[in-house]
Amino acid sequence: MLEVNVDRCIGCGECEEVCSFGAIAVNHDIAVVDQDSCTMCGTCVDTCPEDALTLERGDDTRKASDLDAWRGVWVVAEQRNGELATVTYELLGKARGLADDLGEPLTAILMGHEIGERATDLASHGADRVLVVDYPAFATFTDEVFGNTLAYLARQERPEIILAGATSMGRSFIPRVATVLETGLTADCTELSIRKEDRALLQTRPAFGGNLMATIVCPNHRPQMATVRPHVFKAQPATTSPTAEIINVNIPEELLKSKVKVIESVQEQAEGPGLTDAEIIITAGRGMENKKNIALVEELAELMGAAIGASRAATDAGWLPERAQIGQTGVTVSPKLYIGCGVSGAIQHIVGIQGAEIIVAINKDPDAPLFNLATYGIVGDVKVILPLLVKRIKRERGIA
Amino acid sequence: MNIVVCIKQVPDAKTVKFDQEKGTLVREGVESVINPFDYNAIEAALELREALGGQVSAVTMGPPQAQEAIREAISLGVDKGVVVSDRAFAGSDTLATTYTLAKAIEKLGSPDIVICGKQAIDGDTGQVGPGLAVRLGIPYVTCVNGMEILKERNSLRLKRMCEQGYDIVEVEIPVLITVLATLNTPRVPSLKGKMRARKADIPLWGVAEIEAESGKTGLAGSPTQVVSTSVPTFDAKREMLEGEPEEQVDALITRLKEAGVI
Ligand SMILES: Cc1cc2nc3c(=O)[nH]c(=O)nc-3n(C[C@H](O)[C@H](O)[C@H](O)COP(=O)(O)OP(=O)(O)OC[C@H]3O[C@@H](n4cnc5c(N)ncnc54)[C@H](O)[C@@H]3O)c2cc1C
Ligand SMILES: Nc1ncnc2c1ncn2[C@@H]1O[C@H](COP(=O)(O)O)[C@@H](O)[C@H]1O
Repeated sequence: MLEVNVDRCIGCGECEEVCSFGAIAVNHDIAVVDQDSCTMCGTCVDTCPEDALTLERGDDTRKASDLDAWRGVWVVAEQRNGELATVTYELLGKARGLADDLGEPLTAILMGHEIGERATDLASHGADRVLVVDYPAFATFTDEVFGNTLAYLARQERPEIILAGATSMGRSFIPRVATVLETGLTADCTELSIRKEDRALLQTRPAFGGNLMATIVCPNHRPQMATVRPHVFKAQPATTSPTAEIINVNIPEELLKSKVKVIESVQEQAEGPGLTDAEIIITAGRGMENKKNIALVEELAELMGAAIGASRAATDAGWLPERAQIGQTGVTVSPKLYIGCGVSGAIQHIVGIQGAEIIVAINKDPDAPLFNLATYGIVGDVKVILPLLVKRIKRERGIA
Repeated sequence: MNIVVCIKQVPDAKTVKFDQEKGTLVREGVESVINPFDYNAIEAALELREALGGQVSAVTMGPPQAQEAIREAISLGVDKGVVVSDRAFAGSDTLATTYTLAKAIEKLGSPDIVICGKQAIDGDTGQVGPGLAVRLGIPYVTCVNGMEILKERNSLRLKRMCEQGYDIVEVEIPVLITVLATLNTPRVPSLKGKMRARKADIPLWGVAEIEAESGKTGLAGSPTQVVSTSVPTFDAKREMLEGEPEEQVDALITRLKEAGVI
């Protein structure tokens, strides 16, 4: 519970200012907490200049006693059918920096069947060590086999950090590992760094369903675990002469059993040019006003060879299919050019476009948050600007 | 068949507003609704009951107002429900949430099928389903987009979606599944259901009822802690293209050509 020390509180109102939930109000020069609205996020506690606020956490009965025994950074390599997922390389790039900050080795965990040669790819992208677990049971994906094995390895080797991709596979089996190890897990992080004083992993993600980023730590439990979506971090180029230690690990037979049996695995070809690979993306937001106006976006997209993206408002309205959604719930993209048409730029949307090289915002509201992120901004009506853009590009190309 | 569906009350995205100046959420006028994916979870539970018989119970952890969510679930055809609610549960992260939900579900009797939504739209973690299954000691299948009952084998055959396509998997009951919006089309409440919902007695279970160990729930039982929140800032080039629409468009085309993207 959030408690106010009335002897210390000077009624300055800073806590009221920073509370995102309207849970604190200064009344007669004393901060008063509405306990039902308080989510106990603790932002006010850090802000209070008088140390008048305390968050009563109660006793954590499972507090790990030997935090220092956990050392090193792990990246869970994701493979399906022997192919490494791109998110693995992106994670290695980020984790390399984290490991260097901690002065610890970076280990990649490779679970699969007959995937030995992938170990060198992991080494050339920054891993100091690769643990290879190779059994037929890893040929298909099951949460039990992958999750129980990773939990087993973590108990044996005690890494301080485990990072994995927030893919359908990672989002499925990584929570199993965190629950088995009774530790914290932060989903879909957009930034990761080390707090020097205490080696804590600072994990940032959009939170509270609003336009806020929250930075999360896991102070009393190990390992500290986080998932990261594809395309959030950039992969580093491969080095030519990696010197990683590659270790084949044997695990107990009972870890290879799964109650879920995979009957068949079907690969499907994605239709059309994928959003995630597109060089140019034109995104429709609620500002397109209706389904009919989506044609304006389609015409421009066809002309520019662009893929079409959508904000959640546009997919919720049924103007575009759900798979076109960009952002926290949708896909993360990194095109050369992103054009937002009637997109306000809510945090859940823009976490998906931070990798874009050039961002163009077209919005009739000059205060739309997307303008803060935009390379070029046009204050205007999409119904006017888009047809003009089409005309102008046609003229450019000599199409009448 | 003892079928349990987990539902969460979330703020209605359409009513949440953001105060740009203060950088805070405007909570007034925000309505609570059932998490959209949880309607698909309810529908799946009802279809399973129709095929296999038994009872569907809805469980939610949240403030006492979450009774409304349970009432709505009952109006859709769920047999009964319970709200797990206590100040001691506030501030739960997913690890504390799964502990608390598991205790409540065990109190309802050992479950055969537990169904969760793919994710809750306020937190978007999708971690509760898998974590809950581990706590209940049963297997789980996430991202379910198709379901077939293999009665003679007491099993489910499920279509599990992934980036590359899908897997067909089989698993014997008991099992927990998390479902996608594309699995089914949720039904609308019936008149009879609404009547039943109005009269339904929906218990509130606190720490004592579910026999939760102190230190495992709420903030105390949550390994993760928020240390700060912020409204993000970005350093973009941020060049506003001024003038009449034609001039703005000209300026944009010129810059995009210079950058070599068109
Ligand atoms: C947990 C969670 C996850 C979410 N995940 C995502 C996600 O992955 N992706 C996502 O996009 N959203 C997501 N959202 C929703 C997000 O918060 C916003 O609600 C959404 O992005 C808003 O879409 P929008 O910008 O199209 O609509 P709005 O915010 O309504 O903005 C419309 C804009 O169009 C402008 N406009 C109106 N008419 C015109 C016109 N004629 N010409 C030009 N401009 C015009 C307006 O000025 C306004 O700025 C999520 C929300 C939550 C709570
Ligand atoms: N407080 C809660 N009460 C009941 N069910 C929940 C709760 N939180 C999450 N769930 C269930 O877990 C699913 C995934 O939620 P999350 O892991 O928070 O994204 C939801 O769709 C619900 O089915």
